[in-house]
Amino acid sequence: MYRYLNLIKIFWKTAIASELEYRLNFVFAALSSLGGLAGSLFSLFLFYRKGYNFQGWRWEEALIVVGIFTFLEGFANTFLASNLSRIVKHIQNGTLDFVLLKPISSQFWLSFHSFSLWGIPDLLFGLGIIFYGGSLLEIGIVAYFLAAIPLIFGMIIMYSLWFMLGATSIWFTKIYNMTEVLKGLLAAGRFPIAAYPATYRFFFTFVVPVAFMTTIPAQILLGRGDPVWLIGGGCLATVLLILSSRVWQFALRFNTSASS
Amino acid sequence: MLEYRAELLLWALSGSLPFILMGVWGEAAQQVNFGISSIEFARYFLAVYLVRQITVVWVIWDFEREIVDGKLSFRLLQPLDPVWHHIFSHLGERFARLPFIAGLVTLFFLLYPAAFWLPSLNNLGLFAIAGIGAFALQFAVQYTLAMFAFWTEKASSIQEVWFLVHLFLSGAIAPLELFPSEMRSILMWTPFPYIINFPASILTGLKVDFAHDFGMMLIWIAIFLIVNRWLWKKGLRQYSGMGA
Repeated sequence: MYRYLNLIKIFWKTAIASELEYRLNFVFAALSSLGGLAGSLFSLFLFYRKGYNFQGWRWEEALIVVGIFTFLEGFANTFLASNLSRIVKHIQNGTLDFVLLKPISSQFWLSFHSFSLWGIPDLLFGLGIIFYGGSLLEIGIVAYFLAAIPLIFGMIIMYSLWFMLGATSIWFTKIYNMTEVLKGLLAAGRFPIAAYPATYRFFFTFVVPVAFMTTIPAQILLGRGDPVWLIGGGCLATVLLILSSRVWQFALRFNTSASS
Repeated sequence: MLEYRAELLLWALSGSLPFILMGVWGEAAQQVNFGISSIEFARYFLAVYLVRQITVVWVIWDFEREIVDGKLSFRLLQPLDPVWHHIFSHLGERFARLPFIAGLVTLFFLLYPAAFWLPSLNNLGLFAIAGIGAFALQFAVQYTLAMFAFWTEKASSIQEVWFLVHLFLSGAIAPLELFPSEMRSILMWTPFPYIINFPASILTGLKVDFAHDFGMMLIWIAIFLIVNRWLWKKGLRQYSGMGA
């Protein structure tokens, strides 16, 4: 365990050092996350302006969903996106073999190797919105800690889905657009799940579990979450995490080490 | 292009945002009067999907790579402006994508027959013109931003900022009719609404001032073309052909 923590430290140090070569990018990342946030708030405003409220979500409450969504986007940009594209590159160039030869779990290596600073503005803006919405609703400190639990489940679910998609690149090689499909679907998390028609709600709860990522943490934070969903989220996260490692082990059997 | 059928299908699927918004707005329109009914929302967002498929442009990534790898040097040796190479690769891909889009639209109407509609021939004709214009505008904008690749390695980050702004202001998240009216009147002076809202509204049959909107579109295309040629000339002087 200690060895792995130490490795993460080394990985991220080098990743940050190499990213700092492109400091101007940070300005663009901050600009685009600010733009994205403004856009999310604006699209929310278009609904509330005419008095519609997503079946009983107050504006401040919907803000919290947007905040969690932005936070998770930052999480994906910081931890998931760059690692995922690296998996694809390894498979295309046949350099996956060098990773497999290392005396640590290859899933660990591929999942944590890279770290991108450009998602940090999203993380910060997301937290900012959550706390802003929370202060308007006078949410207590305990609720934040409680809400962190489903949020962590959501992050695990997200990671597992991404990693499984990454693993499929062993068969398909090019999966950049597969991640685009997933990213597109996750965009549904911008609104509380109650905003969708019944078929959509089913799809976003049981097929692509977006509900577990943004709506349920928000509900727990607002103190009206059902413990069933919390437990459900925990089970789903565990199952998907185990599944992701199984899928990876299975996919490796088909690894042909092309061009190495 | 047809070699990568799976990829094309996934690209066609990745534009799922209009369908997500279709759900939210459709549900909202059943409870509050937005002046647009659920069915109209469904049609509008289907049209948005189509317009986005028609106007997808990725020239900035190709161009950036050509500059970073120095591949542009070979293109410069050819007796034809390199932009034609990009334009035709985009056009070609468009045709390869067509069957998937047709399939998705058919599937959509099978699942949601109530939303089926046939635009009038007149509107279809205007839509074709507006669609081509929207593609031209989108291409002109992105190719202009691509010129910054001469000065910075990451021109595509500029594109990402542009993309976000365009996403929220072009009518991709909601028809422009729903925007506050002051905001809309300002937006009509910008290039954004002409990329998505304008062609999508024509196809849906929402009212548009075709002559005015099309004129604005042409003006914006002209502006970007002029800036583009200017940057191109300056950029070529800057270009060092590194790596080639």
